[in-house]
Amino acid sequence: MTLLTFTLIMFLGAFAAGFVGSLSGLGGGIIIIPLLSVFLGVDMHYAIGTALVAVIATSSGSASAYVKEGITNMRLGMFLEIATTAGAVIGAIISTNANTSVLAIIFGLTLTFSSINSLRKKEDHLVTPEESSKLAHNLKLVSTYPTPQGTTVKYGMKNIIGGFSMMGLAGMMSGLLGIGSGAFKVIAMDSIMKIPFKVSTTTSNFMMGVTAIASSVIYIQKGYIEPSICMPVIIGVLVGAMVGAKVLLKANPKKLKVFFAFLILALAINMIYNGVMGNI
Amino acid sequence: MGTTKFSDTDLQSIIGNVLRYGVWTALSVAGLGGIILLFTRSNEEVHFTNFIEKDDNIITVVQNILAGVSQGNGESIIFLGILLLFLTPILRIFLSLLSFFLEKDWLYVFITLIVIGIIVFSVSFGFSH
Repeated sequence: MTLLTFTLIMFLGAFAAGFVGSLSGLGGGIIIIPLLSVFLGVDMHYAIGTALVAVIATSSGSASAYVKEGITNMRLGMFLEIATTAGAVIGAIISTNANTSVLAIIFGLTLTFSSINSLRKKEDHLVTPEESSKLAHNLKLVSTYPTPQGTTVKYGMKNIIGGFSMMGLAGMMSGLLGIGSGAFKVIAMDSIMKIPFKVSTTTSNFMMGVTAIASSVIYIQKGYIEPSICMPVIIGVLVGAMVGAKVLLKANPKKLKVFFAFLILALAINMIYNGVMGNI
Repeated sequence: MGTTKFSDTDLQSIIGNVLRYGVWTALSVAGLGGIILLFTRSNEEVHFTNFIEKDDNIITVVQNILAGVSQGNGESIIFLGILLLFLTPILRIFLSLLSFFLEKDWLYVFITLIVIGIIVFSVSFGFSH
């Protein structure tokens, strides 16, 4: 394959990944990996490095909008980043020593979990500051967010230690596979810490860039980042995500979500199969 | 409490702008490198089926990139764009550190320093190998 053909295919693929990622809420990085490794035969390590670059691009790109709206809880994000960055360094070290088939199987399992999780009905929580745990108060995590009506909502949270530990795992998966680990972060923030959606989604997205940086240095030094693969991918993913966000406003997201969740599940099974057979 | 809130939202909007301009700058540089690369080597055969593990420390990598950029090498210019992209979250951390420092929130200055420490550790981990 010539460089030109490869670049064009990658651009279209990354566009599709960004589009599907934004519609399904799974993020573009997680779809880049099967695209590169299963369909284009690119080594898993390059696929992981490329996905990481895509994750940083989408995180910084979308976080800029969220920060302005003042929904991100910066203290919460910074506190949890201790767990995610430490996890990411451990994950990246494991990744550089792991065999590609093993990485493909772990990735397939994570993808399966993420796609099933994206279909699960989620319950929005609102813990009042009075109900919050003592640690949440000590760490000054109790905060407010603005509503479109111009009022502010006070919220708190629970189970800080539990959420922190889950974030460590999220960071490790991120460092191991170059993904944003959105699904793990949602579990930590929504299910364990009972943080309102508005705050958890934006704070989690905001954290992804910093988490990815912790593993990116190790990736660069080990040669995971291949410029000619990354270039069409970051541009394609960002454009795809923008178009996806526009479509999301018009189309029925529920039906699309189910459709893409099954599509991603099929990709996941394919990855596991190829990993077990040693094709990847 | 009132003054704290003010500087918080103020810095948050600066951080938002840093992220936005950072991403666009990085993308433009990477795009420019991509165009140069495609003009010079579009018919070259590429295969990424085998991973070639490298063991360069980050300083060497950056030096090689800068040397390549000065020669107008497309691949190096793309890599420069990627490095700029990686700088956006780093800038974000330092701006947060400044924000917590101005608010005299020592607990969070300390927490931010731990996060920076972990990232520095990941850099130095590359040196020892």
